[in-house]
Amino acid sequence: MPALRPQTPSQTVGPFFHYALTEEPVDRLDPDGQAGEPIVVLGTIRDGVGDLVADAMVEVWQADGGGRYRHPADGRAADVPSAFIGFGRVATSRDTGEFRITTVMPGTVPGRDGSVQAPHLNLQLFARGLLDHLHTRIYFDGVAANENDPVLASVPAERRHTLIAHRDGDEDGLPRYRFDVVLQGEDETVFFDA
Amino acid sequence: MEGAPSPASGGYRRRDRSAYPPYDHPAYKSTGARHPKQALVPLGHTLSEVTGPGPALAEVMPEDADLTTNAGTGSEAMGERIIVTGQVLDEDGTPQPNTLVEVWQCNAAGRYVHEGDQHPAPLDPNFIGRGRSVTDEDGSYRFLTIKPGAYPWRNHPNAWRPAHIHFSLFGPALVTRLITQMYFPGDPLHELDPIMGSIPREHWHRLIGVYDHGITQEEWALGYRFDIVLRGPDATPFEAGGAGALA
Repeated sequence: MPALRPQTPSQTVGPFFHYALTEEPVDRLDPDGQAGEPIVVLGTIRDGVGDLVADAMVEVWQADGGGRYRHPADGRAADVPSAFIGFGRVATSRDTGEFRITTVMPGTVPGRDGSVQAPHLNLQLFARGLLDHLHTRIYFDGVAANENDPVLASVPAERRHTLIAHRDGDEDGLPRYRFDVVLQGEDETVFFDA
Repeated sequence: MEGAPSPASGGYRRRDRSAYPPYDHPAYKSTGARHPKQALVPLGHTLSEVTGPGPALAEVMPEDADLTTNAGTGSEAMGERIIVTGQVLDEDGTPQPNTLVEVWQCNAAGRYVHEGDQHPAPLDPNFIGRGRSVTDEDGSYRFLTIKPGAYPWRNHPNAWRPAHIHFSLFGPALVTRLITQMYFPGDPLHELDPIMGSIPREHWHRLIGVYDHGITQEEWALGYRFDIVLRGPDATPFEAGGAGALA
């Protein structure tokens, strides 16, 4: 077998990406209102000394309300509403440290070996001080499918709560879920080696 | 553990940790409070990881790749004009077409068009410091820009970042997402930069553009080649969530 080409290593996004990557935030994932039940997801990112990380970039990737990804590897992609790419990209606010997207509650997604994955957003986190981005998932409190989710099951029970967003009210008439990320220390968010 | 991910059964190859920077790198101070202290949890690839936004992001305008004029002022950016071009490949050497490549950089004086950059170097009204390109059928991208300057930062006494261009790529899947930096050959600041130093020295060449006289254009611009290798598909086909299984 021929030798593989070596992967290009990661480097930090640095503090000055905003004007290039998030000048036009992608924060409304379902402009046509066709892809599922609308929700707001917001949160903060805190570092190991409890400070808000106000120079981070958050990317989400998700399935539509039917659990389908807009991508050729998903054989059901043709059924995803045309305006729903499933991708969002925002910066944390330099004033409040919050990130916020308006999206839809994803459906369940097929997992490995016939398993079913509970509704989740895939989240990738970039910031000054992160030489490689971090990968995690946002699940939703009170969803029955969480009980059988194989990825949640792979996480030590005492850390699973770090992957669950909680309903914390309404915003613009939509159910709002909060997902606060902790980079380091007590209640450190579970990050995945994906 | 039942349901636990098994790295051997498909998806994309793992990251090459021998060449990747660690999250904790004390020489780069900002990693101190920002690196996770718990080990990453292994995640076997499912439909969630082998899909990604890449294929949907392949629309940009040709003028977006010319950073010397895309400020739209009608005047050109100041500095040493350069061409940066290369191929996006996977580990098997397969070209990756239709890949969005986003770049950003400081100007020739070492200043970013960013309110957070307080380095007292001049801003160039004809330079917005960002560009986008989509790779062609050969996996190739091409930018016309100006050589960025070095600039000081406060990581340690007399700290200067080597000249660099930031690169952002999605590739075909969520797990091929990459943000990296291209450096310039022969820069004495490489040795002193803790961000480059986060990577073992034998891998630095993967982050340094190569001067290429064949790309250089007479009386116009110097040329650099910077190829980028993304994670490739594992030899074992992904079975559980593959298109066939779901169609």
